[in-house]
Amino acid sequence: MSTASSPSAPAETSATRPRPGRAKRRRQISIGIQAAVFVAVIAAILLAMDWETLGTSVFNFAAIGPMFPDVILVGLGNTLLYTVTSFIVGLIGGIVLALMRMSSFAPYRWIATAYTEFFRGVPALLVFIAFGYGVPIAFGVQWPIPVVVMAALGMVSAAYISETLRAGLQAVPMGQYEAARSLGMPGWRAMLTIVIPQAFRLVLPPLTNEVILLTKDSSLVYVLGLAAHEYELTKFGRDGITALGAGLTPVLVAGLMYLIITVPLSLLARRFESRSARPSRATRKDA
Amino acid sequence: MSTTPESTPGTPGTPEQQVPVRPQTGTDAAASPAEAEAKATFEATGVDVVGLNKSFGDNHVLRGIDLQVAPGEVVCLIGPSGSGKSTLLRCVNLLEVPDSGTVTVGGFEVTDPDVDLDTMRRHVGMVFQQFNLFPHLTVLENCTIAQRKVLNRSQAEAEQVARTNLERVGLSEMETRYPDQLSGGQQQRVAIARALSMDPQLMLFDEPTSALDPETVGEVLSVMRRLAKVGMTMLVVTHEMGFAREVADRVVFMDGGVVVEEGPAAQVIGDPQQERTQDFLARVLHPTDIDL
Repeated sequence: MSTASSPSAPAETSATRPRPGRAKRRRQISIGIQAAVFVAVIAAILLAMDWETLGTSVFNFAAIGPMFPDVILVGLGNTLLYTVTSFIVGLIGGIVLALMRMSSFAPYRWIATAYTEFFRGVPALLVFIAFGYGVPIAFGVQWPIPVVVMAALGMVSAAYISETLRAGLQAVPMGQYEAARSLGMPGWRAMLTIVIPQAFRLVLPPLTNEVILLTKDSSLVYVLGLAAHEYELTKFGRDGITALGAGLTPVLVAGLMYLIITVPLSLLARRFESRSARPSRATRKDA
Repeated sequence: MSTTPESTPGTPGTPEQQVPVRPQTGTDAAASPAEAEAKATFEATGVDVVGLNKSFGDNHVLRGIDLQVAPGEVVCLIGPSGSGKSTLLRCVNLLEVPDSGTVTVGGFEVTDPDVDLDTMRRHVGMVFQQFNLFPHLTVLENCTIAQRKVLNRSQAEAEQVARTNLERVGLSEMETRYPDQLSGGQQQRVAIARALSMDPQLMLFDEPTSALDPETVGEVLSVMRRLAKVGMTMLVVTHEMGFAREVADRVVFMDGGVVVEEGPAAQVIGDPQQERTQDFLARVLHPTDIDL
């Protein structure tokens, strides 16, 4: 590749600029080299693998029958339940925090900032442990697992969601608000009719990504002791390893189940993105 | 350099110009904002600015500005960038809050903290340099949203008013488009139609052609010229000297936060008395003569 590009290398004047034919050939060489490396790496991996063992302990789909239908009815169901409930808590908390963050009353701003920094800076796993074991110690009550998940994940995601919402609101140009006010709209009306609908389009893709993150983080509930009916996908996968004698195959099944949730969400986020990418020429007006 | 606004162009008394009476004081309107119809309390179209000061941090942008605009009058504010023209304009409908001084618009003393700004703004249309059309709404919706949410007009009535005004700016066939599907000049004409749809008594223009491609400047100026002809009261911040000279009753030249010179357009632009005005106009009117 470097030999092909050397003639025109650093100072490319019009005299030394390569003719179209040569540029095309160089491109073909580049693609050829990339394809060769690709094939070589794949071949090396395939040859190095122990196919016989893999067949019995990773891709052993014949042995995983007992996982069904519970892995779907209970596991997938619980993962969805934990995700949806914690997202609702996170969204409500995020809206409240975002409003506090933009409040004219300073203590609200301090509290919201402290909250956000704390929960963004602490691993979600620790929050799970704190809620799972801390709440019974502190209040003498044992919350049901779904409530613990909802509270722990919800409070963590509220911190992220509030930042997303705030960024979305602030990304709407000031001129939009001013134009609405200059038409006689009161401040709340300008926010409701003009600013928030535009901010909503901006935050849909990051909010969808937040749901994907929550789906995966709901697996952290495994650190708490779960009853059979509280199992979610990851727990099913881990238990399957010991129970079924099919090696890691149950984990692979659990992974595929996650993808059933996350891939459509990811596609949805991309669709939102392309829709809101429509550029607006209404930029901020400076005084 | 006279400050007497005598001429009123064209025919006053068009549909939007029902009350061409000089405003008295702001107290009546301000005291009873709840008193039913806002239109009745908005007395007239004039602007009266007295002793206006505004600072952004250490930057003293407006230094004791006095400015009057009579009903039906067209006043152009000219001057170099940073001279405070736009800030002054934005103080008229209180998008910027002045530090001291008073602004009276149509009988509303807008600088009174108790005044109902939203009622005042219904009667004062504003056109921005960056258009500020609502990108999530169609052209027609841009022109109807405030009518419906602020004036509580029915959808049918709002659409009828909007269509009339879109026709005035020559964009009837664009009503289903979104702002980003229009050229800059078309967007600015929609912005004018949007403001006119509120039946304003006063129009503020903040450098309406400065963000436009040169070939679309003319269509916007043409709409503004027509508006001036039917007697709309207009306060225009502009760099278009040809437009100011032709359309304005009065031209106000600002520099460094003060009014340096004002008077009839032909006088200020054609025969400026102050050195700063002469220097500014030479640079604007004959940019190719500048030698460094």
